[in-house]
Amino acid sequence: MNKVLMSGNHIIGEAAIRAGCRFYAGYPITPQNELTEYMAENMRNVTGGIFIQSESEIAAINMIAGSSAAGLRVMTSSSSPGISLKQEGISSMAACELPGVIVNIMRGGPGLGNIRPSQGDYFQATRGGGHGDYRTIVLAPASCQELADLTMEGFDLADKYRNPVMILADGMMGQMMEPVIFKKPKPRVYNEKFMLRGAGSGKSKFIHGLILDPIDMEEHNWKLARKYAVISKNETHYEEYKIDDAQMVLVAYGTAARIAKGAIKRLRSHGMQVGLFRPITLWPFPELQLRDLSSKIKQFLVFEMSTGQMLDDVRLALQGYADIQFHGRPGGAVPTPSELANVIAKHYKKND
Amino acid sequence: MLVKTIFSGFGGQGVLMMGISFAHSGMSKGYHVTFLPAYGAEMRGGTANCTVAIADEEIASPVASEPNNLVVMNAPSLFTFQNKITTGGSIFLNSSIVNEEPHRHDVKVFRVPCSDLAQNLGNIRVANTIMMGAFIRVSAVVTPEIYLKSLETIMGSRKKALAELNRKAFMAGFECVNET
Amino acid sequence: MAKTVFKRPKSLKENVFHYCPGCGHSIVHRVIAEIIDELDIRGITIGVPPAGCAVLAYNYFDFDMIEAPHGRGPAMASAIKRSLPDRVVFSYQGDGDLAAIGIAESFHAANRGENITIIFINNAVYGMTGGQMAPTTMLEQKTTTSPAGRNKTLDGYPVKVSEIFSQLRGVTYLERCMVNSPANVNKTKKAIKKAFQCQIDGLGFSLIEILSPCPTNWKMNSVNSCKWIDEVMTKEFPPGVFKDNIAEAKKASEAE
Ligand SMILES: Cc1ncc(C[n+]2csc(CCOP(=O)(O)OP(=O)(O)O)c2C)c(N)n1
Ligand code: SF4
Ligand SMILES: [Mg+2]
Repeated sequence: MNKVLMSGNHIIGEAAIRAGCRFYAGYPITPQNELTEYMAENMRNVTGGIFIQSESEIAAINMIAGSSAAGLRVMTSSSSPGISLKQEGISSMAACELPGVIVNIMRGGPGLGNIRPSQGDYFQATRGGGHGDYRTIVLAPASCQELADLTMEGFDLADKYRNPVMILADGMMGQMMEPVIFKKPKPRVYNEKFMLRGAGSGKSKFIHGLILDPIDMEEHNWKLARKYAVISKNETHYEEYKIDDAQMVLVAYGTAARIAKGAIKRLRSHGMQVGLFRPITLWPFPELQLRDLSSKIKQFLVFEMSTGQMLDDVRLALQGYADIQFHGRPGGAVPTPSELANVIAKHYKKND
Repeated sequence: MLVKTIFSGFGGQGVLMMGISFAHSGMSKGYHVTFLPAYGAEMRGGTANCTVAIADEEIASPVASEPNNLVVMNAPSLFTFQNKITTGGSIFLNSSIVNEEPHRHDVKVFRVPCSDLAQNLGNIRVANTIMMGAFIRVSAVVTPEIYLKSLETIMGSRKKALAELNRKAFMAGFECVNET
Repeated sequence: MAKTVFKRPKSLKENVFHYCPGCGHSIVHRVIAEIIDELDIRGITIGVPPAGCAVLAYNYFDFDMIEAPHGRGPAMASAIKRSLPDRVVFSYQGDGDLAAIGIAESFHAANRGENITIIFINNAVYGMTGGQMAPTTMLEQKTTTSPAGRNKTLDGYPVKVSEIFSQLRGVTYLERCMVNSPANVNKTKKAIKKAFQCQIDGLGFSLIEILSPCPTNWKMNSVNSCKWIDEVMTKEFPPGVFKDNIAEAKKASEAE
């Protein structure tokens, strides 16, 4: 298979098209413009490919909802402020059980913030983000190869569970180039009965989120909850790195996890037994797997490019069975591995 | 082995091309590589820069806080980046344009009059390829053959004449420095 | 005796503009600052800069400003004006900001006849994000998201904000200008001054559309950018006064 050198934003676009995405709508925002531009350039070269530059992110999310209902594989992308605008539509897609992939190339916030890499949208992504009792599957790639793989998988998961899937990466992942191999996508499995393509001579159907009867609404919510429970059970992914002999385990995702690996290499060369636990799905969070580790490891350090959001999930997972430290770098400064190693070394010594 | 290089200059000098072609050649040799461009507001004022990391193992950070090499195509870039280079590292200067001297004395400095050499070749736009000739020779991360092949892959095989010109430009740079 | 013919308006800070050489934003900033000095309203002016190349306008204007989320400037400006009716409130917006994501906010502020002024910079692209297609991009114009040129079937037509907004009964004054020559800059200045005066006199909503060069994303030099405005943009966006209800509004307010 052919290895190519591509930027993260382009890789997502290429992986999506290969996975059969035939509808994309988006609105320009840095640092994900190259993805929108890639779709503008390349959707017109695939049969049935549709690209729309929407008038806003609100329009974009509603466009993909419509196309999804019509039965196409769909995607939209944006960066933090634009993702805030999409929340209403994401909630709607979850309610109507419409599959679709939403890419968030996170930048600094809150507000307009800046365009540097950040992980400040963890809460928004993993807690549903919009209104109502729903969940979005959240995939957190840490390399360009994973951007390709998880984008393809995102489409499969979206179809399988008829649910929005979010790819959560940051400005650095979007801009960075790395070698990538595009795997062969799986054939699409999606029942035509969920598509809205005109009744023809058959029975008409409608897709809706409005359920006025409280008992029916309750049943719908429980139905969604049961689906989320199945997703939690089956689709939790994570990576363990140098865990076997670890005295202390870092918990980090995405770009932060890359930096953490670099720091761990340095620490190990100084005899400190540190490992990494890297959630790949942020929702569902690999809660039980992390808790298992606490039976032998008592020191954890959460590192995020935020003031501490995944930290909450780590606390919930570890339930007080182990000590949890935190190091955060919000604002867009990506720390160097040696900087992080110094921070960890202090905590490591203190607790040894 | 982990080599980090910052390429910097004016927009339009082909600085990103230098980085991409170098990263591509590293990939062809089977190394792990990352390429990270400056983006958005950093590009204001018409400057451009990018960072390439090449290693024989997984690369943690694509950012270079202490690069081994700095390639500067214009004077402002020298002032922006020279303090970052690691001791014993190298600066490659476009000496046709950059008259200023680096104030670092713990690094090696290679002066390549690449804009002048490019003029001699009749095309100012190959100044970046000339610089790459010098850089590839001194850095010795990949062979000239691998690099030139990458350059052709990236430029597209459409223009044979361009490939020939680039080869000439590359050799001009290659020959104007000594291996260390 | 030496006479000062060129000095920095009081309403501009000492900072050097970050705009690209030849950019219309710098010219319009200066014009606005001069007007605010001349009308002596620096102390009562509140500006609302957009998300767009002018997002840092508060680094240059030396009066009160508050940043709005992308497209929401007119909503914010409406509320500020209603809360502080004796202030002069203006929203400064690009074509993406006003005519795409914020069309609802600008349309309804105009329709409500808010006593505010909108300065609308039409440069036919999204400048800040790197030259994507804007609602005002010309047919056939190539941008990074209309790589084959703007196609009327797929992308629709350039949005004629002045023509459309002039239909709204809430609008009092509306003019389209250009900043591609000294004479046109003077016309622009007159128009903006008139709009501010309209607001000061309590006569209602005003909008000044300004055809403004973006040499960087048009991939032209400054001279050609100015020519392109004359030769191409004005075909779609003819300059002129699209609405002037100032006299009527004055009469009505005197009658009240
Ligand atoms: C919700 C949201 N989406 C996208 C952006 C990114 N963004 C910033 S400015 C801009 C468009 C700028 O174009 P325009 O309004 O024409 O102003 P110009 O830069 O051309 O003056 C965009 C899309 C944002 N800040 N917020
Ligand atoms: S990109 Fe265009 S609009 Fe923005 S500052 Fe440069 S010339 Fe002006
Ligand atoms: Mg614009």
